[in-house]
Amino acid sequence: MTAYTATVTVRLKHGVLDPEAETTQRALERLGFDLEDLRAADRFEVDLDAEDEAAARDRAGEMAERLLANPTIHDYEVAVAERDA
Amino acid sequence: MTVAIVRFGGSNCDRDALRALESVGVDAEIVWHEDGLPEDVTGVMLPGGFSYGDYLRAGAMAARSPIMNDVRDAAADGVPVLGVCNGAQVGCESGLTDGAFTTNESARFQCEHVHLRVENADTPWTAGYEPGDVISLPIAHGEGRYEIDDDRLTQLETNDRVLFRYCDEDGDPSVDANPNGSKHNVAGVLGERDTTAVLMPHPERAALADVGGTDGRPLLEGFVRAVDAE
Repeated sequence: MTAYTATVTVRLKHGVLDPEAETTQRALERLGFDLEDLRAADRFEVDLDAEDEAAARDRAGEMAERLLANPTIHDYEVAVAERDA
Repeated sequence: MTVAIVRFGGSNCDRDALRALESVGVDAEIVWHEDGLPEDVTGVMLPGGFSYGDYLRAGAMAARSPIMNDVRDAAADGVPVLGVCNGAQVGCESGLTDGAFTTNESARFQCEHVHLRVENADTPWTAGYEPGDVISLPIAHGEGRYEIDDDRLTQLETNDRVLFRYCDEDGDPSVDANPNGSKHNVAGVLGERDTTAVLMPHPERAALADVGGTDGRPLLEGFVRAVDAE
């Protein structure tokens, strides 16, 4: 078994309104920042042990499918890196 | 008959629901989610509140608690299941109904009275209204914006799964009458069976004449109609 950290990033699908991001953008603009757009995302870092990278990726993907993301409104991506156990 | 009102940690409309259901002659009891559904349950109400503190997404945690397996089985058997507010979020998160309820367009918690148009009066929940009736119910939510992709929304509309739409007092589902940015002003939808329904507005807060009006009573009486229809 190898120790991995799977990073699951969950973001709203393109075209789904994100009022919190819009509010954050407006607040930055009020602070005087110049910006074109702002998108927010949730990032989950999952430490796990797995046979190989593919197995770690599969398990983290299933976590996203079953809980971390809501497929109706979210897309997600998984990145896996070895971790010092 | 006994309707189980499922209490999760953070539910806060469970006692209101109990009182409202009793006031329309529906025998109900509050059931702690860890205890599972009683054997002889004749209905399930998922009440409002902030189950699990809305962690991750409103309803996400409660939707994955073991009792929801029982609730899905019951719904598939035709046992009436009604989700209100947080219960509606739990219903969508658990797959009882299609779509998702997410952050209001305003990004604010909104607590106000809204008008709703009855879109489908041919269900146990709405048989006490006429199609096109305009009723008034309170809302109290921060994550009530109904989201779903366009194809699935068309499917819901084609199959008469939309129960209520936000509208003005004349019944026009206008942009201005949409309190939270819900797609096509959708306020409540049916599940696969007509006996499963979720909505963000609170019928249990409009069940007593002295408190909030009585427009919600016919909806709650749906528990009686759904059982009679079986």
